[in-house]
Formats: sequence, C-alpha cells, structure tokens
Amino acid sequence: MENNQDNANIIEVKNLVKRFGKFTAIDDMSFNVKKGEIFGFLGPNGAGKSTAIRILTTLSLPTSGEAKVAGHDVVHGQDLLRRQIGLVAEKVILYNRLTADENLEFFGSLYHLPKKVVHERTEKWIHKLHMAEWRKKQVGTFSTGMKQRINIIRALLTEPEVLFLDEPTLGLDPQTTHVIRTFLRELNDQGVTIVLTTHDMNEAEALSDTVAIVDHGKIAALDTVENLKKLVPNVKDPTLEDVFLKITGEETRDIASGKIASGRRFGPH
Amino acid sequence: MLNLIFDAWKIARKDLTEFIRDKLRLVTFIIMPIFMMTLVGFIFPSQNSLKNIPIGVANEDTGQVGTTYVQMLKDFKTNGSNVFEVTDYSNLEAIKEGIREQKISGGLVTPSNLTSSLTANTQVAVTIVQDQSNPQISALTNQILQQTVAGFGQQIGAKKVAALLVKTEKVNPQLPLVTSPSPFAFIEPIKSTITGLVSGKTNYFDFVAPGIMAMVVMTAVLTGLAASVSRENEQGTLDGILVAPIRRLSIIIGKAIAQSVRGVFQGFIVLLLAVFLFGVTIHGSLLLVALVLALGIFSFVGLGILVSAAASEQETATQLLFMFQFPMLFLSGAFFPLQQMPKIMQDIAHVLPLTYAIEALRKIMILGGGISDVRNELIVLVVFGAVTLIIALPLFNRLVKR
Repeated sequence: MENNQDNANIIEVKNLVKRFGKFTAIDDMSFNVKKGEIFGFLGPNGAGKSTAIRILTTLSLPTSGEAKVAGHDVVHGQDLLRRQIGLVAEKVILYNRLTADENLEFFGSLYHLPKKVVHERTEKWIHKLHMAEWRKKQVGTFSTGMKQRINIIRALLTEPEVLFLDEPTLGLDPQTTHVIRTFLRELNDQGVTIVLTTHDMNEAEALSDTVAIVDHGKIAALDTVENLKKLVPNVKDPTLEDVFLKITGEETRDIASGKIASGRRFGPH
Repeated sequence: MLNLIFDAWKIARKDLTEFIRDKLRLVTFIIMPIFMMTLVGFIFPSQNSLKNIPIGVANEDTGQVGTTYVQMLKDFKTNGSNVFEVTDYSNLEAIKEGIREQKISGGLVTPSNLTSSLTANTQVAVTIVQDQSNPQISALTNQILQQTVAGFGQQIGAKKVAALLVKTEKVNPQLPLVTSPSPFAFIEPIKSTITGLVSGKTNYFDFVAPGIMAMVVMTAVLTGLAASVSRENEQGTLDGILVAPIRRLSIIIGKAIAQSVRGVFQGFIVLLLAVFLFGVTIHGSLLLVALVLALGIFSFVGLGILVSAAASEQETATQLLFMFQFPMLFLSGAFFPLQQMPKIMQDIAHVLPLTYAIEALRKIMILGGGISDVRNELIVLVVFGAVTLIIALPLFNRLVKR
C-alpha cells in the first residue's frame, strides 16, 4: 500500500468540481490529508464541506476532478474505499425501532462482519462512551447524545482508516460533547485519521491538527491551527474565530454571530 | 450473486423487524383488509345477502286472489329468512309517501278488479312501485317482485289451461290436443336452465374477493416500497446502507422482498376472510393464486422504485402514488366489471397490470382455471415488471448518487 509510511497522504483531492445544475457546490478544490491527523473542515453551510464529504465517502459522484481515499479512487475504487472509511453524517444513521445491538449487527452485516466480531468491536468502544447498559434498548428511546454515541460506534465497526464526521457534536450537551471529543482524540492516538466538519470554532481548535477553511466551494486557507493564527498578528491571543473572520471577510460576520441560514443559497440536499 | 441475495435478505429482515415493532402500523395493516371486505359487503348487496327488505303493499282487490298473493309475499323465503318485511298501505299514494319517507324500499298495488278479471278470463296488471333513490336495491326488489307476480300468475294460468284441456277432451274425445298434455307446455313452452363452469352459486363476494386481494397486495407493495426508500432517504439511514460495500440492486431487492412478504401476508388475510366469513369457494389451485400474486408484485416493483426515485420525500411519494392508485382501483375491474365501462376506460384498464392480475385471479379462484388459462395474463405481468424495472433501476442509481 502506498500510504503506509508516516506523513503519507491518506486523502488526496485534486481539482474537484461538483455542480448541481447551475449551482457550483465545489469549485476546483484541491487538498491533501495526512495519515493519522485530525483534519478540520470549517465553513458556513453551503460552502461545500458536506458535499466534499459525500464525494469522499462515495455517496455522491464528482462532476470532474479526482479524489482518493486510502489509495482508492472515489469513482473507480468505491468498493475497496468503502471498507476503509467510517461515516458519521449530519443525520444519525440508526433505526429507531431496532435496539443498539441490532443496529450495530445490521450495519456490521452489510460489511459481512459476523455477529461475534461486531460484539467484540462494540465491547471495545461502548464502555468508553458510557453506553454499555443501553445495548438492548430500542434506539428510539435514546436522547440525541446517546444516539450519537451509538452512531459513532456504528461508524467504527469496520475499524476504518479514516473516520468522517459531519458536525458530530451539534445540538449535544457539554457533557456528551466532552465525552465524544475525548473519545475522538483517543481514537486518533490509535492511528485513525479523522476528517471533521464543524461550524464550531472551539471544537475545530480543540481537536484539529490541520484546518481547512472552505468558502464558496473553494479552500480559502489550509494550515495547522498554530500557523493559521499567525495570519492575525495584530490580535492578542488570537483564536481560530479571529482567523476565520480575517480570511473569509465581511460575509462571514453574519455566520459568526449565528444568523447562518438567512438568505444564503444552499446546494440541493 | 449469492452475496447479492444475502445482502438483500439482511435488508428485508431489518425492514420486517422494524415493521413488526411498529404496533400501530401492524394493527392497521391487519384491520385494513377486514374493513375493506366488510364495507364492500354492505355497499354491494347480493341477492343472498338481502333479507327483510321493507316494502309496502296496497291490496285494493275486492276478491280473494289479492289476499292470497299478499300472504304469499309475506311468507316468501330464501335461505330460511323472509325476503320482504311487508307493511300494509291503503293505496298507491300512501306507498309513494312511504318511499319518500324512506320507510320502505318499494311497493306493490293490486287492482280492485284482480279477482273479477281473473274470473272473467281477462288479463290484469299489478303495479310495482320502485324507489328511484336507490337503484341497487330497487333493481333487486323489482326483479324479485316480478318473479313472484309471474310465478303466481303461472299457477293460476296452469289451473285454467288444465281445466280447458279437460273440457276439450270432454267435448271432443276423438280429438285430444296432445297426448297426456301438461298445462305448462302451453303457458311456458320453453324454459331455460342455467349451467356454470363450477358447481354452486356465485355471489358478489366471489367476484370482488380476487379484486380486493390483488389490490391490497399490490398497493401494499407499491406504497410500501416507495415510502420505505424515501423514508430512509429522509431520515438519513439510506446513507448508512449506501456507504457500505453492497450493490444498489440488493437494496432494491431487499426492500421488495420485505414489502412482498407484507403484501402476500395481507393478501392471505383477505383470502381467509373471503372463505370463512363470506363463504367464497376457491375452485382453483392456491399455489397458482400465490404465483399470480408474486408476479403481480413483481410487475409493481419497478413502478414503486420509479416513484421513490422521483420523490425524495416520503410525503411527495405518497401523493404521487395516490395519483396512480385511485384511478387504478376503479379502472382495474376490482369492484365493477370492466364490461360496464366505456370503451376508452376499458382501453386504459388494459394498460394497468392490476387488471391482468385480477383477471387471472378470477379465472383461477372462481372458474377453477389452470395455468394454461392464465398464461397470457402472467406474460403481461412479467413484461410490465421487466420494462418498468429496466427504466427504474438507472433512475434509482442516479437518485442515490446525487
């Protein structure tokens, strides 16, 4: 495998374009993600980050350009690629009327994992996420935070090389957020590459080794958090939010103050 | 290939587990066909199901014949119960008023000269009054009343002819009209007898049971399939399946299997109800019935996928389907015979797969037909299914690859 040495790129994106009709969601995007890092994908809704994740996880086909994950092309190497990734999407991928265990067994079976293996792997993660006593309960009875924790275990069943997370802590209480962030860091220490999209600057700053700021379907900036902060020398103790404002300019002030949705165009979803 | 089936089965099992756990959906699923059968039974009465029809009789006859006839009406029975519940009225106007007030569903007036006319050997008429606000009941009531009048008249006629024959023989014994004549040879020289392909009488339920069965099964599959795909798309769980290394075809097959199991199960509820509650006799092979249902389901899978591909939201899918289903209920001949419809409607009906499924089921269930009798219908179902699938699959792939 070409990506086995340290610092090799596990994700390579080259001149990626995705159009929905006349709307260009991703506009000639190129970037690489190194093996073993936590890669933060920042940007407002409609900036193209969710679309990029969908293409990298083979849920959407690019209009043009190239992308590879774990050495497999997103168009031609889909089957192999799918075995190397885990996805925690915007919406929780679990069935309410199945128990936590049944959900995990079902999704594991789609990768032809025997029940025994699914149980062993579940056992490995479930205690850290404080969900062990809920395994036999139907997911429909869970709170959002509990669902998300099982959802993350589901994404890890294949022991993926890359874990994609789209807004994993959105709408969760501080306790659950803390549990999940700690868990993701541990996971990363064990060598799992993590690609994370978020609106939450604190989350991006707390977790990411490298941050890409996306706007209008393009990468506006890409560097380590430390280096990005050097872009705002006139601010004392700068945060990632300061960098974000500096880079993406006036339009993003609306976004930073929370009025995200008003009047913006979104890609069809 | 084996993996394709295994993956499909996993998805089917998951869908069915979800379905069984949804108690409300399960209850409506079982109650729906019971509801439909019972309702249809009330809306479309058959001759056997009619009992105690309230009618009014104004017996204006001054002689004895009127009284005898009215008594016969009151005592008229089928299957051990009275057909009519007779109320006496004074005259025609009173009967009309009774119908207007919906107290009676029809009536009969005997003329004052009934007995005297018969004695004088002249023809006489009784008047049947019909309730035009209820064509179904009134057609049946008219028919039964006419039969009783004709029967009663024939008895009187037979007596007269018999007497006449005796007289003729007395007057001219050398010239008997016929050898050992029967009076009925003169009043009703030609009778008709009715024979069917199977023994026993059929009623409206025999006609409608195959229709409801096919309809229930196929709409269950059509709506179930589209709703299930669009629900998963809306909830986001479809992404979880699509991101796994399984083929798109196995998703479709899995969903179709789950819906088919549900549909066939529901179909057999209808069948059991028809047989045990409504006395329908099934003359053909149950295995063949199952085969027609299975091919009927197959013919609808493509359409279901097309709809779910076209509508990304569950609500849109349901609305779209309603557009298909509603006309289909009336055009496929499930409730009314196709021959009753105008030519153009019949032409449309013959584009719908449901029509063929129902025709095939009727041939098997009512007429005891075998596979060679329904060959053409089965071919149509397979072709329709194959063509819609060929159109639908690429569209589905495009939907999930947005």
